[in-house]
Order: sequence, then C-alpha cells, then structure tokens
Amino acid sequence: MLVSALSTLVFAGLLFWAVAGSPGWARVQQMFLDPEVALASLPRILEGLLLNLQVLLFAAIGVVIVALVIATLRTLRGPVFFPLRALAAGYTDLFRGVPLLIVLFIVGYGVPGLEFFDRMPAAFWGTIAIILVYSAYVAEVFRAGIEAVHPSQRLAARALGLSHGQTMRRIVLPQAMRNVTPALMNDFVAMQKDVGLISVLGAVDAVRAAQIETAHFFNYTPYVVAGLLFVLLAWPTIRLTDWVSARMRARERAGSIV
Amino acid sequence: MSDRLLELRGIRRSFGDHHVLRGVDLDVDAHEVVALIGASGSGKSTLLRTVNLLEPIDDGIIRLAGDDISDPRVDADGVRARIGAVFQHYNLFPHLRVLENVTLAARLVHRMPRAEADRRGRELLASIGLDGFAGAYPDRLSGGQQQRVAIVRAILTDPQLLLLDEVTSALDPELVGEVLALVRALADGGTTILMATHEMAFAREVADRVVFLDGGVVVEEGPAAQVLADPQEPRTREFLSRLL
Ligand SMILES: Nc1ncnc2c1ncn2[C@@H]1O[C@H](COP(=O)(O)OP(=O)(O)OP(=O)(O)O)[C@@H](O)[C@H]1O
Ligand SMILES: [Mg+2]
Repeated sequence: MLVSALSTLVFAGLLFWAVAGSPGWARVQQMFLDPEVALASLPRILEGLLLNLQVLLFAAIGVVIVALVIATLRTLRGPVFFPLRALAAGYTDLFRGVPLLIVLFIVGYGVPGLEFFDRMPAAFWGTIAIILVYSAYVAEVFRAGIEAVHPSQRLAARALGLSHGQTMRRIVLPQAMRNVTPALMNDFVAMQKDVGLISVLGAVDAVRAAQIETAHFFNYTPYVVAGLLFVLLAWPTIRLTDWVSARMRARERAGSIV
Repeated sequence: MSDRLLELRGIRRSFGDHHVLRGVDLDVDAHEVVALIGASGSGKSTLLRTVNLLEPIDDGIIRLAGDDISDPRVDADGVRARIGAVFQHYNLFPHLRVLENVTLAARLVHRMPRAEADRRGRELLASIGLDGFAGAYPDRLSGGQQQRVAIVRAILTDPQLLLLDEVTSALDPELVGEVLALVRALADGGTTILMATHEMAFAREVADRVVFLDGGVVVEEGPAAQVLADPQEPRTREFLSRLL
C-alpha cells in the first residue's frame, strides 16, 4: 500500500517534470489549460452536456429495444423465418461495418432531405444514427447471451407448457441478460462518449459548445473542459462495469449446477 | 381398452439419413409405470420428446387419452400442459427461486391464482422435505434435491402422464436413492409414468412393464420381472448381459 502510493507519487513527479520542462510547455499551458477560460466557458459547455445526456438516455432506451428485436429475429428457427433472419443478419453486418460518423452524416443530412418528416432538430437525427449503429453491436451481444443459455432450459420451459414467447421472456432473456451485463455496460461506456459526435450535425452539445467557446476565446481550454466532463460522466459506469464483471467471475468460479 | 392413456403407432423420426425411430408402437395404460430401456443412442430420449411434441415426427400417430395429439392443428402448448416431463439435467431455472420454479407453469399456463399455486408448491416441497428451500435459488441445492424439485414441479398441475428421461444418470451415486424413492412414491400413488432408465434394478422394482428399444423399434416388451429376468429376444439378452 505504502510502496504503491510512494511509487505513484514519484512516477507522477517525474512525468510532470518531463512535460513541464519541455521548451513549449509555457505556450501549451496557456493555450490548453487557462483557468480563467475554463471557468468562463464551463456554463455553456455544461448546458451542452445536458443535451448529450438527453441523447444518451433516448439512445440507450432505443438501442435496447431495437437490439432485442434484432437479436430475437436472429435466433428464430425454421425455414419460414429465413427472410427475417437474413434481414436481421444483414442489418448487423451493415451497421457494424460502417463508421458511426458516416451514418451520422447520411442520417443527419440525407433523411431530412426526403422531406417525409416535419423538420426535426439535429440532435434527433443524431440519436437515430447512434441507435442504428449501436443496436447492431448490442444485438450481437444479446444474441451471444441468448445462445449461451443451455438449450435444455428452453426444452424444460416448453415441456411445462410455456409458449415460445413466454419461454423467451421468462426463461431465456433473463438468463441471457445476466450473462451479458458486463459486455452491455462496456457498450454503454463507449456510447457515453460517442454521443459527443452529434456535434458534427450542428447540435449544440458539449463538444459543439466547446468549439464555439474556443473560437470566442482564441484558446483551446474549453475542449479540455469538455473532455474532462465526458470522463467524469463515464467514470462511475466504468468503475461499476469493472465491479460487476469481477463479481460475475467470482460467481462463475463459485460453482455450477446439475 | 377404456383405460389406455397413451398410444403410439408407427412413430418414425430421422435426422438426415439417420433413422432413429423406425416405426415404434407403444401403449401406456392409466396408472401404469412403463420403463423404456435400450442402448445409448437407441432413441429413448427422442421417443419421449415426441410424446410431448418437443420433437416433430415424420410419420405415425400419438394419442393421449383418445385425442390425436400428433395432428398438426393440435395446440401443442395445451398438450404439453397435460404432460409432466423431467430430463436428465438443467431442469430448474437458475434465475428463479425454488418455489417460483415449482409454481411457474401453474401460474403462467394453468392460470392458477398465485396464492393457491404457492400453497400447493409449499405442500409438495414439504412432502419431499425441501420446504426450507422454497425461497432459495436452485444452485443452493444438491443435484438430487434439484431433480426432486424438478419432479414435484412436473406434477404440481396434476398431469395425466409423467415422462422421466434418465432423471438420475447425471447424479453422484449417493444422490440416486432419494430421487428413485420419490419416483417410487409417485408410482405407488397411481401416477402414470413413462420413463427411460439405465437403472435395471429400479425398473424391475417399480415398473409394471419394460419396453426394450433397439434399431429404432420395440424389440421386446412385457412384465418387468419377466423381460429383465428371462428375455426372449436374443438382442434383449445381449443388451442385458452387457450391463452386468
Ligand atoms: N436434434 C438431433 N439432431 C441430430 N441427431 C439427433 C438429434 N437428437 C438425437 N439425435 C440422434 O438420435 C440418436 C438417438 O438419440 P437419443 O438421445 O434419443 O438416444 P438415447 O437412447 O436417449 O441415448 P442415451 O441413453 O445416451 O440418452 C442419437 O444417435 C443422436 O445422435
Ligand atoms: Mg437419452
């Protein structure tokens, strides 16, 4: 304990000395770490972050729903369901392959151009794009979780007279969810920072607000502020994810069942 | 016969060009205990699964209490609700408490009010000495206790027929006895049972009739004591002699 604390201190000191001793340090410090600029830009950036949080909330809900549907479609058996299975598989292949940024541009600028919909704010289209992309990943996580549930569990449920839907809802999905919680939380952490990308559509979120403030002050400190805020936002989830993963590993070691 | 409960006629089932069941005929009367024996891979599990429609058949007729349940238009979930089944392992749902496991079908399928389902569930758990575990998760139970819970879960809704597929074969030897004792008690109480088993001594003691499955057909059947002690068919003799 003492050794690790001491070694951390020494290490941090050395690092600081190396960076602060570099010839350009004074200029970088002024351009990126100006406390006055940080304070002045904070309210606007926080306001922007509120938009990110809203997008995060709606996207998370949307992703869980869409991903569950896709994953369920992919696990349907029988030739009758081939078109649905193929469609779901195509969806996950497509959206896991395309960079999020490109989906954002296409959805954000292309779909409104169809003029099917009333004018929607940029954040709305950003949310849709994030749901489209993340659902593909999360659907795969769900599918892996569903397939990891022992086939006998399904058989036992059907033997009791439960319908396919009841078996899925009551038996398979709860166990699948438990299996994939750590993986889901990891995806959530990734999504927490990717909601910052909606700024490319012009939505005034934390990143966009930082950009505006940066131009205003001729100083990059607002970006650092926004970055730190995103870290602060993600940190509890990251720690929680580690904790849950460790607990699940411990439980797996604890024993299996007949 | 008026008390015929289950009637299988010409049941066929193949996986690709592997013909597992090649025309099985089998009857089970009400209150009868029938033991299905045969080598590993002879199709015992497959046959049991066809009875509660978990396995589609390629040909044949299955009648349960006179109803043709092999008719594709039949409500399969409804049929399964009339038949109890316990498999070799992974019967209990690990995310549900023991009492929830036991009452699940009663509540969801038979629409029994929760209070009544719970009362019946506790009664049955008490009858096997496990009422203390009602609120526990299944992984707290031994393998033998889990199988006994699976069996009372299967009978909670008074099924017409109980299917048991080698319910003791995944258990440590010292846990087999308690499970067999429960099956024996059910048999004595008049439950109609069709069971696949490797326990010949148990089959002789509890089963009214033994059916030997080989090559996808019933090769020999008869009163348990007679088939097991004095088999008539050479294949039955060979199978039984290899067990000793
Ligand atoms: N879903 C399936 N797909 C392909 N082959 C199958 C399937 N189910 C069963 N079989 C095959 O059918 C044959 C009979 O299997 P089954 O499990 O019914 O035998 P069993 O008599 O119960 O054997 P055991 O005593 O080992 O339990 C085996 O060869 C098995 O590989
Ligand atoms: Mg078997």
